[in-house]
Amino acid sequence: MQFSEHWLRQFVNPALDADALGHALTMAGLEVEEQTFVAQPFNNVVVGEIISAEKHPDADRLQLCQVDVGEAEPLQIVCGAPNARVGLKAPCAKVGANLTDFKIKEAKVRGVKSFGMMCSAKELGLEEEAHGLLEFPSDAVVGQDVREYLDLDDTLYTIKLTPNRADCLSILGIARDVMAITGKTMVLPQVTAVNITTEKSHLVDVIEQEACPSYYGRVITGVNANASTPDWMIRAIERSGLRSISAIVDITNYVLLELGQPLHAFDLDKLNGKISVRFAKKDEQIKLLNDTEAKLAEDDLVIADDSGPIALAGIMGGEPTSVNHQTTSIFLESAFFTPEVMAGKARRLGLSTDSSYRFERGVDYGNTKQAMERATALILEVCGGHAGSITEKVGRLPERKKVKLRYARIASVLGIQLSKDDVANILKQLGFSFDETEDGFVVQAPSYRFDIEREADLIEEVARLHGYDKIPAIAPVANVTMLPLPEAKRSLNWLKDSLLSKGYQEVVTYSFVEESWERTLSDNQNPIMLKNPIASNLSVMRSSLWAGLLDVLTYNLNRKQDRAMLFETGSTYHRNDNGYQETARVAGLCYGTANPEQWSDAARDFDFYDMKAVVDTLTHQQATYKRDVHAALHPGQTARVYLNDIAIGWLGKLHPKYQQQYDLPKSTILFELNTELILQTKLASYTEVSKFLPVRRDIAIVVDETIEVQTIIDAVNAEKIPLLQKVQLFDIYQGKGIEEGKKSLAFLILMQDTNKTLIDSEAEAAIAKLLKLLENKFNAQLRH
Amino acid sequence: MANLDHLITEAQADFAACQTTTALEDAKAKYLGKTGAITEALKGLGRLSAEERPAAGAAINVVKKQVEAALNARRDALLDASQAAQLASESLDVTLPARAQGQGGLHPVSLTLRRIEQLFHSIGFDVATGPEIETDFYNFTALNIPENHPARAMHDTFYVDDAHVLRTHTSPVQVHYMENALKENKTPPFKIIAPGRVYRVDSDATHSPMFHQVEGLWVDQAISFANLKGVVQDFLQKFFERDDIKVRFRPSFFPFTEPSAEMDMSWNDGWLEIGGCGMVHPEAFRHVNVDSEQYQGFAFGLGVERLAMLRYGVNDLRHFFNNDLRFLSQFSK
Repeated sequence: MQFSEHWLRQFVNPALDADALGHALTMAGLEVEEQTFVAQPFNNVVVGEIISAEKHPDADRLQLCQVDVGEAEPLQIVCGAPNARVGLKAPCAKVGANLTDFKIKEAKVRGVKSFGMMCSAKELGLEEEAHGLLEFPSDAVVGQDVREYLDLDDTLYTIKLTPNRADCLSILGIARDVMAITGKTMVLPQVTAVNITTEKSHLVDVIEQEACPSYYGRVITGVNANASTPDWMIRAIERSGLRSISAIVDITNYVLLELGQPLHAFDLDKLNGKISVRFAKKDEQIKLLNDTEAKLAEDDLVIADDSGPIALAGIMGGEPTSVNHQTTSIFLESAFFTPEVMAGKARRLGLSTDSSYRFERGVDYGNTKQAMERATALILEVCGGHAGSITEKVGRLPERKKVKLRYARIASVLGIQLSKDDVANILKQLGFSFDETEDGFVVQAPSYRFDIEREADLIEEVARLHGYDKIPAIAPVANVTMLPLPEAKRSLNWLKDSLLSKGYQEVVTYSFVEESWERTLSDNQNPIMLKNPIASNLSVMRSSLWAGLLDVLTYNLNRKQDRAMLFETGSTYHRNDNGYQETARVAGLCYGTANPEQWSDAARDFDFYDMKAVVDTLTHQQATYKRDVHAALHPGQTARVYLNDIAIGWLGKLHPKYQQQYDLPKSTILFELNTELILQTKLASYTEVSKFLPVRRDIAIVVDETIEVQTIIDAVNAEKIPLLQKVQLFDIYQGKGIEEGKKSLAFLILMQDTNKTLIDSEAEAAIAKLLKLLENKFNAQLRH
Repeated sequence: MANLDHLITEAQADFAACQTTTALEDAKAKYLGKTGAITEALKGLGRLSAEERPAAGAAINVVKKQVEAALNARRDALLDASQAAQLASESLDVTLPARAQGQGGLHPVSLTLRRIEQLFHSIGFDVATGPEIETDFYNFTALNIPENHPARAMHDTFYVDDAHVLRTHTSPVQVHYMENALKENKTPPFKIIAPGRVYRVDSDATHSPMFHQVEGLWVDQAISFANLKGVVQDFLQKFFERDDIKVRFRPSFFPFTEPSAEMDMSWNDGWLEIGGCGMVHPEAFRHVNVDSEQYQGFAFGLGVERLAMLRYGVNDLRHFFNNDLRFLSQFSK
């Protein structure tokens, strides 16, 4: 809602300057989003009349003008404007005037003295572009200050109104609130019923009384549709952000802005039979004022005549019955359509009008007739004509509930003590009617307030009028108990700290990604699509964090980074039988050299095992890995990660085809794990440490190169060979001395007896058992 | 018995001339070896009479001790010198860069969230979470925003299907939390914060289609609007580590709180908007079967990126989601 300060001050004029008034509005909940001056500062510019104009003796395009500025002598001014002519009234900047960009001095123009300057709208900073002098009408008073003449010392406020404050969608409404917060009385425009000078009327039938509880219609004949709108009215509506269109439309808009009541004028001669207010019928259409055709649904409320719908009730009029320059008689409508029936209708039709905006939020049903009288009076004044009597169709208007307001509740909710008188005063200021009761008040809100239905609504009003900034900041007093702290559950912070101590940088990427990534990298052929994505490359919900990490990698490689260690934690989104499911995940990416380029070690690139160490850390060294296949990963370098036999994620190298597709010079290693599953650990529990030292033996065996080391270790562990405590790989060898297709694996074996020191023969026996097992299961040969 | 004192000076000179421990051991032989001068002299004691022997023996021993002392001194000196040489040869340029992975770090949004969580945790707030693909019901209806309510239009909602949206705020977590509490027969106090991602169809220099909010909720028997102001002010002062920060409330409208307020914070002689808040609306309580006659409380929503920008002086929201490493690495120094 945009409006001018001066218009508001015609209603209520508190002793506050423009800034203080703006602040007061903001603090009352009418947030001033923007506050600007109508005109740039300038001074010493008055209405001047050119009383003579002669050609400049030495310049073809200049004229030598004598300008009457209301002083004893006219001013001699050299002027180059093409529209400068005798009799023209235009702004005249006198010597000493300060304009936006420069100061006016006595000057010589091509040898002729000039005492001032005739101005264009651009030179006064009123418009961006101007051709020639700003022309004033002939009744402009010569010598009057232009700022005063054009009412330029005005301020424009733009208020961001919350949906509950429909009552402030008019100057009247804002004035009412200003009155309430400042205590200053309001002067309302005089509205008296006009004289009825024609018998004419038009039949109205309100079929949907519930949707349209009141409807007022009036015929006005003999209007001059070409009358010009008065300057003050044009100024008022333009300063509220509307354009001047024609006198009749301007007047309905003026009343809309002034009183908040949307009105509509039909061309009487274009109506076919009686007006009815009804719901649209199936397949009905209407051609609207904005030249679009709207297909109507059966719950769209319309104004119709015998030809069908002629207006979308409370939204927009139809084109065929609209007022134009040939119009001589009008049918003026002022009605109340309920917010319930209006809700969402305009939006469904892709429309939003000043009228629909107000009706959806609630228009004062106590002011419908007043608005009709106000508009009629203005039409008669501006366009002439004869008004007929008002056709009234009034049914059951909404009733404002009586709401209890308990004194104790105010204190408890707000945390401040207000006296009963304070509260009563506030209710009075708001124009609420109320009765005192034993413990508070029973309050009834006026017809323009659609937001007072329960006690909380009243408490908010009390707080608002008392002043939110007068409510102190008080620390709560509460019973305290400690929060639970499950020790076996590690925190997300622990996980992040582990990663960053390993050198990983956290990133935060969008939850929506490019559809093709989902289809390829995640092999998700049924991605969760957004119906209204912000951009086509952010159109589906991610089912993996990798796409985002790869995107960040590319972004940084394009900025000359050559190495990256990234991680992200967050949700991935999946479909399930009941709809959607979200999984908390952590994913990492490493790319480039395993160490930052440096002086000491030979450079090598990150590989699978670097990232495996990270996964081991995050899984407390408990994870196991199985060869598997994943759409995004290199088929020979992919592991499914398990924890306690539950699959918790993936680890592997980005598939070379994606490496190529994303233009990555080097390979990328990725992991992704289910966060919930890795954060759940076990509470530590102590077992006795053996007093006896372990015995170490190293063995090397030769097996087929296809045998995975983990299978060997698993088999050994499963066998539970007595004394044998740990089997750990420490070397792999292929090449000279080892048969093609085979590999040599060196293990260290730790053995221990918990009760006594182990003797050699026992150790040898255990090793022999082990070797036997390896030979049987893996055809392993001891390497000598 | 000849005077042997000269042996001391000779030995000292010989030892001093030795540059290695091997040379020193050779030089030692000349005096203390099997045929060394002092050994010979000791052997000669046998030829002396019983009367002469003690005095002569004592004299030789004095010399022997002195020669041995000279020997040990030289030995230590040589050892020190050789160790010093070795240490010198092992000396490093300690200013060379370490063999390291480089520095990891948290995203500034994470840093901010962590700080917010820690501060609220310190006065007993628990952390609650909820889904990001939210039903229309939880995102709107349960928060007293029925269909076609003009407040819905303020939300610029992403739709997944007719019944699901990407949550436009973290407020639905309140509803989930209170609903679950009810199922477990828990009654207030409810004291939670709910941090997380939220989404709006909006993208420019000051709006991101995805951003983070922290929702706070405190419901008990007498938690008031003044308490809300107290908690928010306390939080901001601790978060920014500045005692002079003040909070200003301005009347506003959220369908699920009443009274509702915009929260402004004093900052550099002006006021900055940092979120919305209010007392939980009786309708919102009704949806989760909390008796609004018995319980009352506040809810607030803070913009995390906004706080991060102010805290770290970041001037453009888009930095947070571009993930430029040159930007991110600045938060782990």
